[in-house]
Amino acid sequence: MTVSDIATVTQAPKQRRSFVKPSMRWPLGLLVAAVAFFLFYYFDTYFARAVPDQFSDFMHQWLPLLSVNEALVYVMCAVGLNVVVGYAGLLDLGFVAFWAIGGYTAGWLMSGFFHTLNFRFFGSAFTKVNEIPGIHINFWTVLVAAGLICALFGVIIGAPTLRLRSDYLALVTLGFGEITYEVFYNGNNVFGKNISNGTQGITPVDSVRFFGFDQTGALTWKDLGPFDALPKFVIFVGLAAIVMFASMRIREGRLGRAWLAIREDELAASSMGVPLMPTKLKAYAIGAVAGGIGGVAFAIHVSGVLPDRFRFDISITLLAMVVLGGMGNVWGVTIGALVLAWTNSTALPQVQKAITESGADVEVGTTLVVVGVALAVLGVVLMIRGVSGGLLPVFIGVLVVVIGGALLYKGPGTSFQFLVFGSVLVLMMLFRREGLIPEARTRLVLREQERTDAEGLGADMEDVAPELEALTDEAIHVGGVAPTQMIDGKETKR
Amino acid sequence: MTQTTAPAPPAAVLSQRFAQRAQRYLTRAAVILILAASGYWLISSFVDNPVLFTSSAVAGLQNGALFALIALGYTLVYGIIELINFAHGDLFMLSTMVAGFFITSFFGVTVSGASFLGWVMFLAALVGCMVFGASVNVAIEFVAYRRLRKAPKLAPLITAVGMSFTLLFFGLFFGGSAPTSNWASLLPQGALDLGGVRVEYKFFVIIAVAVPILLLMSWIVTQTRTGKAMRAVAQDQDAARLMGINVNRIISFTFGLGGALAGVAGIMYQQVIGTTRYDLGFQFGLIAFTAAVLGGIGNLTGAVLGGVLIGLVKGLNDGVGLGQAWSQTVVFTILILFMVFRPTGLLGQTVGEKV
Repeated sequence: MTVSDIATVTQAPKQRRSFVKPSMRWPLGLLVAAVAFFLFYYFDTYFARAVPDQFSDFMHQWLPLLSVNEALVYVMCAVGLNVVVGYAGLLDLGFVAFWAIGGYTAGWLMSGFFHTLNFRFFGSAFTKVNEIPGIHINFWTVLVAAGLICALFGVIIGAPTLRLRSDYLALVTLGFGEITYEVFYNGNNVFGKNISNGTQGITPVDSVRFFGFDQTGALTWKDLGPFDALPKFVIFVGLAAIVMFASMRIREGRLGRAWLAIREDELAASSMGVPLMPTKLKAYAIGAVAGGIGGVAFAIHVSGVLPDRFRFDISITLLAMVVLGGMGNVWGVTIGALVLAWTNSTALPQVQKAITESGADVEVGTTLVVVGVALAVLGVVLMIRGVSGGLLPVFIGVLVVVIGGALLYKGPGTSFQFLVFGSVLVLMMLFRREGLIPEARTRLVLREQERTDAEGLGADMEDVAPELEALTDEAIHVGGVAPTQMIDGKETKR
Repeated sequence: MTQTTAPAPPAAVLSQRFAQRAQRYLTRAAVILILAASGYWLISSFVDNPVLFTSSAVAGLQNGALFALIALGYTLVYGIIELINFAHGDLFMLSTMVAGFFITSFFGVTVSGASFLGWVMFLAALVGCMVFGASVNVAIEFVAYRRLRKAPKLAPLITAVGMSFTLLFFGLFFGGSAPTSNWASLLPQGALDLGGVRVEYKFFVIIAVAVPILLLMSWIVTQTRTGKAMRAVAQDQDAARLMGINVNRIISFTFGLGGALAGVAGIMYQQVIGTTRYDLGFQFGLIAFTAAVLGGIGNLTGAVLGGVLIGLVKGLNDGVGLGQAWSQTVVFTILILFMVFRPTGLLGQTVGEKV
């Protein structure tokens, strides 16, 4: 009997009266946020007088539409990566490869890249009227095509490598990510053929035909140009919702349960009859489909495909999003993706600008460096003394030193994103392995210690003990049977 | 119904056996084909242009010595705690920057060229880089990996990736995003002409530094008490602890050793190649890990052999093969082929995943 079992038994009487079912809180909350955001930008664009200027300025500065659109693309990809890392427990460090393949599929099928061909399929009106050569296929069809191609590549990449040990797999996927990048980067000459225009990328990509707004804000059916970010927002929200919904439904089903079983104990799962290879391959393929959809969406977002966007750091960024939000929990991953993408695109530049404008200089910088060093030293002393909380001061100290150093340094614009993502990964793994919005099940699994040595034996019970105790109290309250032995273990330890 | 006869294997089992055998033969055929093709390519390109071929090979060997040094750091750490230390490549990158700082800013050298004082400064910077690499690596282990030693495998791996990113940031922060290249070199500048093949004096310096250090490493691991303790910890941590070995200290020592090697590789790279960039560590780290895998991970001789081989492959590819633009693809293809067909590497023994 695991703790989660007890939880299901004891949860029933705990229910509070509420207007919204607990399972609907997240989707409704996100939907309300999306609608509010949409309404704001709709009125701000077409009825500017209806919105106070200050509020409008604030939103444009701190929550611009374009950066939210980009964040939504990150959401799609992160949810896809979550299938591989969070559900199936396979560390994939080259996920950006699928993003790139999806993007280039859009580039091939929705532009004048193949200028010797002339093929149209419900494409944008502009290319039809002006008779631009190339392949011009409807956006929604391309989405499906990119999903299929990415799934195929997922299988191609996965089939030889999924037999490997978990850490080798991480490395091989990293290698695949780099190979994909290099193929597209040098794609202007692959054995004499041009497959990607190399560094120039494929631009422009056709515009989508969808509902848009004319100058007065009335609804029309038109080609979405580069400035129609609001209709694209609607499309991206829809796509992200589909990806999230699908991944949650799959998780509930037979396949999803097989993934979780593999993640938690591969050996046990395989002896229970879960076919390892096909299940893992499906995780790869399904994750890749989401990556492909994200790729097409991104091609639409920037109206083009450029290889520079597909470096390894995007893969790590996606991993940081999954880890921050909580591996395995789609809502957590969504929030993690939104927060980190926003940090990357808006918060960091804005903060940097604010620092530069405030004229904070040598004194502030020096103070920060001194304080940071003091904090770090304090932390090290604490750790040497054996106090367990010593790590946090060290990290905060290093962070403060770096910020102070940045003020002192005043050199060429330095990007802090690597520090943010790196420390998110490290700190989350050290202090909150299950993520900010954890899934109950992941939490228990990741907190579980491997009992290889004698010291580890009691340690894991201590971690879970407070929860167990709370649950048991409830169980007694309800009249259930308390798992006395577990409590005893804890009691004797005291 | 009650009678039991010796049952013939059912059809399914037979077909499975057949499939296994077919797979084995196919694999073998594929390996032979790949080897034959690369052999043919090597010979034909040598005949085509022997001078270019040889100088590419020399350039490759030069890189190979660096790869060997970095690969040793990977293989030591992997051998002892089964962790791919993704941050190791970035440590190498930081070492190149620290080496540049030592020589250009600290010693104030602005003109390239060798002299007696130059050699002294070079050795001092070498020691400085080794200390830097060792202390950073030990600090990383102490702050991050030590706490995750008993955690599920995903956790330390993700932490290593995060550490790699953090170090990358420091490289970007101190070095900027453009390649740094205005550094002076303390090594002799000219080159030897061996029948059209230019061999720079720096090449000999690299060999003269790398080989003794590798010998020293092998002496430490095989001959000293600490080395014995390292091997014991690698084999079984619990048993080692019961035998009175301070496991934490040995693991710290291993990280320090690996970091020092990265420091050596860093100063050699800075002195010989002369430029560095914040994402250098990612490339070199992956290539060096490929070298470690090629030789058999956890195997010290294998790491050196793999480093030299990968260096040669990369050098030949850059010189007479597909060109520098594709060198990562070539190296990673080798990595993937090895991972799939021979995960134990050239010299490694079979290691199953610990359950």
